[in-house]
Amino acid sequence: MSDTQYLAAKTIDEAVNAHEKANGTARFLAGGTDLLVQIKSGIRKPNLVIDIKKIVELNSINEISDGEFEVGASVSGANLNRNLKFAKLWPGVLEAFRLIGSEQIQGRASLGGNLCNGSPAGDSVPALIAAGCKAVIAGPKGKKDVPIENFHLGPGKTVLENGEMLVSLKFPKREANSADAYLRMTPRTEMDIAVVGCGVNISLENNVCTHARVSLGAVAPTPLLIKEASDIMVGSKLDDDILNKVSKMCMDACNPINDKRGTIDYRTKVAGVLFKRATKLATDRIGGNK
Amino acid sequence: MAKIQVSTRINNENIDYLCEPHDTMLDILRNQLNLTGSKESCGSGDCGSCSVILDGELICSCLMLAAEAEGSNIETIEGMSEGGKLHALQQKFLEKAALQCGICTPGFLMASKALLDHNPSPTETEVRYWLAGNLCRCTGYDKIVKAVLEVADEMKESA
Repeated sequence: MSDTQYLAAKTIDEAVNAHEKANGTARFLAGGTDLLVQIKSGIRKPNLVIDIKKIVELNSINEISDGEFEVGASVSGANLNRNLKFAKLWPGVLEAFRLIGSEQIQGRASLGGNLCNGSPAGDSVPALIAAGCKAVIAGPKGKKDVPIENFHLGPGKTVLENGEMLVSLKFPKREANSADAYLRMTPRTEMDIAVVGCGVNISLENNVCTHARVSLGAVAPTPLLIKEASDIMVGSKLDDDILNKVSKMCMDACNPINDKRGTIDYRTKVAGVLFKRATKLATDRIGGNK
Repeated sequence: MAKIQVSTRINNENIDYLCEPHDTMLDILRNQLNLTGSKESCGSGDCGSCSVILDGELICSCLMLAAEAEGSNIETIEGMSEGGKLHALQQKFLEKAALQCGICTPGFLMASKALLDHNPSPTETEVRYWLAGNLCRCTGYDKIVKAVLEVADEMKESA
């Protein structure tokens, strides 16, 4: 990266303008735990690296109203982990985010970076999709919101166009009697890339499911929202029959790669299993256990 | 190409340096400031031997650009002892023989210090998870984990 320039942007406008002017040769730098590795290994060769951590909006956690959070795109895992209210409202998002790398990586890595890196296996992404989170994007034409399930176009590819920058992640207001959970399968016990990840977010009223979102990671070119799952879960008591049906839907939605870390059959089967376990975990959390 | 001027505080001293845009923090610490305690082993954030504490946060200095350090406060292994007296963790690592070749040791010490700064009485599981980002290829982890737990206990008694 010997000809790369460095810019520490102070405002969103400055960052967006610099990115637009660079015409596809700039990369935004949040925690750098993906980008610097990619630059060192020659995978990416940006002419300009735009550091966004000094922009106040990108590095802050805001509670817009009671129970409604907006998390800046460059907020680190270590920082978000200290927000006790966020941890209580979104345990699934936090556990997914905290699975990424070591404490050293957590000191820098951001939700925004995990999303923009565009990996189909990014751990936080299924949890964000299940949460119903929106990506707030700033660009030359102003700001817009994109649901996370529409953010990825393929491995390493996102909806972000030249000059567009992820500003924050907007979480919906957390209702009572709801909880989320994220589980993943890795060949090693820790610090590995997901072979399958599953995020579940549910609300219950008198044991009847009133809201449900299920998302899978690492089983297709992009993280998936299993839309049909919501249709049959809502209104049910999430009994074994329903869970088996949704588990099958999850397996049917899989279109994974076959590699040494997990075969197609294995990834597909595990997706169905993780859905059931994550739903159990979310249900237990609503009941106050875990 | 013009170099970037950066003002920081490193181990409680105001330090200014000039860097190239592509220099990592570790490059500058080792090659320009002669703070060679932090080691480069993997260069990709897997091994933790370059661990430093940046504004209270444990990080890999190999995954940070030196230019990013403007206005920040950095602790490295060189600042761990005070007035020639070893930090309790350093002393305990010696007593427990929690090292062999020593390449990973500065990283383990910085990570252990960051842990006790955040959580003065960790469980063994918490210590093992926290130190999972530091790799040792000589001695194994038991002695290191025991050393950290003993220091935590002693800190509690003396508090």
